[in-house]
Amino acid sequence: MADSSLNISINDVTKTYGDFHALKDVSLEVTSGEFLTLLGPSGSGKTTLLMVLAGFTSPDYGSVKFGDEEVILKPPHLRGIGMVFQNYALFPHMNVVENVGYPQKLRGISKEDTRESVENALATVKLDGLGHRRVDELSGGQRQRVALARAIVFQPKILLMDEPLSALDKKLREEMQIELRQLHDSLNMTTVYVTHDQKEALTMSDRIAVINDGQLMQLGTPNEIYRRPNNAFIADFIGESSSLPATVKNGIASIGSAKLKGAQKLEKDGNFLLVIRPEKLFIATKKSRDANHFEGVVEDSIFQGESQLMVIKLDPQNYGEQSLRLRLPNGSAQDDELPGIGEKVTLGLKVADSYFVEAANGGA
Amino acid sequence: MAVLDQNLNQAALTQLARREHYTFFGLTLPYLVLVGAMIIIPIGWLFFLSFVGRDGSFSFENYERMINSKAYIRIFLTTFKISILTTFFCALLGYPLAYFMSQISRKWANICMIGVLIPFWTSLLVRTYAWLVLLQKKGLVNSVAVDLGLISEPIKFVHNTSGTLIGMVHIMLPFLILPLYANMRAIDPHCVKAASSLGATPTRAFWTVFFPLSIPGLLAGLLIVFVLCLGFYVTPAVLGGGKVIMAAMKISSNIELYFSWGAASALGVVLLVVTMLILFIASKLVSLDQFGQRS
Repeated sequence: MADSSLNISINDVTKTYGDFHALKDVSLEVTSGEFLTLLGPSGSGKTTLLMVLAGFTSPDYGSVKFGDEEVILKPPHLRGIGMVFQNYALFPHMNVVENVGYPQKLRGISKEDTRESVENALATVKLDGLGHRRVDELSGGQRQRVALARAIVFQPKILLMDEPLSALDKKLREEMQIELRQLHDSLNMTTVYVTHDQKEALTMSDRIAVINDGQLMQLGTPNEIYRRPNNAFIADFIGESSSLPATVKNGIASIGSAKLKGAQKLEKDGNFLLVIRPEKLFIATKKSRDANHFEGVVEDSIFQGESQLMVIKLDPQNYGEQSLRLRLPNGSAQDDELPGIGEKVTLGLKVADSYFVEAANGGA
Repeated sequence: MAVLDQNLNQAALTQLARREHYTFFGLTLPYLVLVGAMIIIPIGWLFFLSFVGRDGSFSFENYERMINSKAYIRIFLTTFKISILTTFFCALLGYPLAYFMSQISRKWANICMIGVLIPFWTSLLVRTYAWLVLLQKKGLVNSVAVDLGLISEPIKFVHNTSGTLIGMVHIMLPFLILPLYANMRAIDPHCVKAASSLGATPTRAFWTVFFPLSIPGLLAGLLIVFVLCLGFYVTPAVLGGGKVIMAAMKISSNIELYFSWGAASALGVVLLVVTMLILFIASKLVSLDQFGQRS
């Protein structure tokens, strides 16, 4: 729809509330047409950053550019962005068509053109035929679509979304994730999306910016963020993981007396964590050279539909009090072969999947 | 397999439901009795009295007098004029204040609310006489203004319409602010933000989004103020100084001076009917909870 999208450059944006740093020197480049997700726990500053982009919050200092234009002093109504709010923020005194037509009316667009663009926007979000419904007659998913139609009807070059799916139930949310992503691909708008749901971020984004304590922790593709987290926080926050404290000396990692092989080159000595994704662990029948191995006892085994989750208590003599989570796909023949509770097992983790992050200060 | 018993526990469950019913009825009973004894019966009695003529027989003379006498018509006009003006000025002063209170943090809004409510907790009579003290010829306002050279002659604030209005607006203001503020607080602030992100200037966002959403609260406030004004007695009596005669004052004088219960009752009935008519029309114009639901 839009002729060309815009890139966004965020530079040194800092915002404090008293002693609290909501944002600390955040710099970030969103390339044009990209779907970028700001991901972080609540209170991390991700929404503050979105509000700075939208113009509702003024930072203490810093710069925000849309294309080449500095917008930091521009009020929200002059920024020309489409925005979808967490609770949709539909106008309850207007029906669907009036809500979606509101931006067009503000822009003094003729009645026929408004009608056409509203129809197009409603068709884009698959809401044709509901135009004369009142807002309170719509379901949560439909309201979500109206809010989206209202944000794209004037063909903005930048679309901002603040946890737009958080009020929907799981099934609908997962459907909408894919739909929103497809919509983004067809509209060619630069999209900045805020969520605290790491799975949602992994599903939808071109790139993810992980934000915590007002700082940008890591910026990368979902794949990079998942496989190569920068630090212990991200390793823990993104996806399921167990971690084992390890020490690195002269480039070699070890837990207790056992040496570990890792996927990356370790240049620094000190305390590290081995990040273990439950689905990367496997039950090893014999030890092999391209894997690290851990011995333990099955403590718990839980059927979860598509997979079986097992908690393995590691041998305390070698590892201290540690347990690992292991997720096995529920294949057809496996059920009888799964080790039972109390049985001894040897777990394997491919060297390529063995990734270390620096332990946070103060140990594991 | 056991045979499905359709009536399993049905009798006991029905009894339970019935007992709950009785409990609720029992809880409302004291109030129902009170309303019946203190409101319905006296109003019925008033209604009856209004059709009793001076000679004790059934007649329409109390109502005929109201239509034929210029004095009565003037009283009704005054009553409506004062009520409309008071309501208008309350809206003019109260809307911006309620808006301001709805935009600041709850903590500061509560402090403002105490400011609004303190006069509310003081005796009506005390406040009315306080205005008399402030506004009279040698009162604080006039003497300060004269001393500062703002005016050469004291302005006549009291014992006229302006004095009545000043006092009534002051007393009615909380009745407007309370429902209006509650309504404004319930407006989703994201709606206004959404409007400005969609391209609306702050003024435009206010008039196209915030104001329409505040109308139910505003109407509720206007209605309460207007209806209370129609039957108001103390303030116009003291600050109007006998020059502003409203319906309630005429009712009082009918009884105290002329011992004419019939005439007083007829006036009361007319006031009641007018009030109910206004409430009815208002409820038709806008259902007060129309926009109450947050999206």
